[in-house]
Amino acid sequence: MLAGDISQAVGDTPLVGLPSLSPPGYALYLKLEGHNPTGSVKDRVAKYLIESAERDGRLTPGSRVLEPTSGNTGIALAAICAPKGYKLTCVMPRNTSEERRALLALYGADIVFSPASEGSNGAVRVATELAADDPDVYMPFQYGNPANPQAHYETTGPEILRDLPTVNALVAGLGTGGTLTGAGRRLKEHDPAIKVFAAEPEYGDLVYGLRNLDEGFVPPVFDERVLDGRIKIDSRKALGATRDLVAAEGVFAGVSTGAALAVALRVCTPRRLPEGSNVVVVSPDGGWKYLSTGAYAAGDLEEIAARLQDTLWA
Amino acid sequence: MAIEVRVPTVLRKHTGGERKVTGSGATLRELVDDLETRNAGLRGALVGDDGSLHRFINVYVNDEDVRYLGGINTPLDDGDSVSILPAVAGG
Ligand SMILES: Cc1ncc(COP(=O)(O)O)c(C=O)c1O
Repeated sequence: MLAGDISQAVGDTPLVGLPSLSPPGYALYLKLEGHNPTGSVKDRVAKYLIESAERDGRLTPGSRVLEPTSGNTGIALAAICAPKGYKLTCVMPRNTSEERRALLALYGADIVFSPASEGSNGAVRVATELAADDPDVYMPFQYGNPANPQAHYETTGPEILRDLPTVNALVAGLGTGGTLTGAGRRLKEHDPAIKVFAAEPEYGDLVYGLRNLDEGFVPPVFDERVLDGRIKIDSRKALGATRDLVAAEGVFAGVSTGAALAVALRVCTPRRLPEGSNVVVVSPDGGWKYLSTGAYAAGDLEEIAARLQDTLWA
Repeated sequence: MAIEVRVPTVLRKHTGGERKVTGSGATLRELVDDLETRNAGLRGALVGDDGSLHRFINVYVNDEDVRYLGGINTPLDDGDSVSILPAVAGG
């Protein structure tokens, strides 16, 4: 694979079988988005966000980009913005992993922290306030920008159909909903019988905080109608599945991959998917950025999961 | 019939500070009505006047979002676990 520059190396990720973890009668495949240039699925989205803004004339050399993110989108934007000379400010909740901060700093991005107790919703709130006060910044806003699901509609979805034309179900994590909305819609247009399931992270009380329910947030890009089911997975189950993936298949992935895998295993039952089904699970990133959280350290899994439950992993 | 319900911090003002309450009902609607008798204000926090779930609240039965089951009419069984969580995004 030859690429003229790093942005052209985005996508075309491997779709690998999981023969040891597939339940009898089902075949699981994992799409390894950690193979993207900055190590996550968000390289696809960052490329679409920036290129569409350039086409619309919203970005010029020297512009500042401002974006709320739990980390992966920020790192992906940083890698695209740096060589183009765009400055970048990421608004990120405080309870994100150390590696995310270190990588953003390395790329020269500025970080503004939002309160841990407000989760990603707080990052959205703070970024929106900052952007309103400063007409010179451009906020791509992955939560509301159609370029986010479009990236998955035009790249992730078609890659899955090209590599596994007989796909019967898609399982992915739910953050902005971009992956599920874009890739799910593409797959269902190809074959309306394809089922789409969301794995939703379930955190500890801290993340849900004391916020007023009227101030909740459902990302405008997320089309809930594309889903056939939405299943929450706590940090204990996600971590367990992430470790099974290492032990049984040799795949080192991030915590949200474990969550998606756990959902895939749950829906592999004749009541929901006929036997013989091929199930594609999206792995948003590798495990590297979570090492400092202790997620992969030796020790009691319950204790490790309890420590992890207030760290955002999607 | 005992069904355990996880209540988020923001709604514990209706449950005397308890993070878990139990109730009964053959459907989610019956459960919510039953809970309301001992936890005043909880029903209004979950469902609107038309009986549908509020947009920024998610209710799960055995970890599955009820919007993809039967909504407020989702059938319940003894031993099911119900969770209420505010909607949060990622990314
Ligand atoms: C690790 C991880 N998992 C899952 C997701 C969810 O992806 P999406 O925003 O497409 O819903 C994200 C989003 O950033 C992520 O970083």
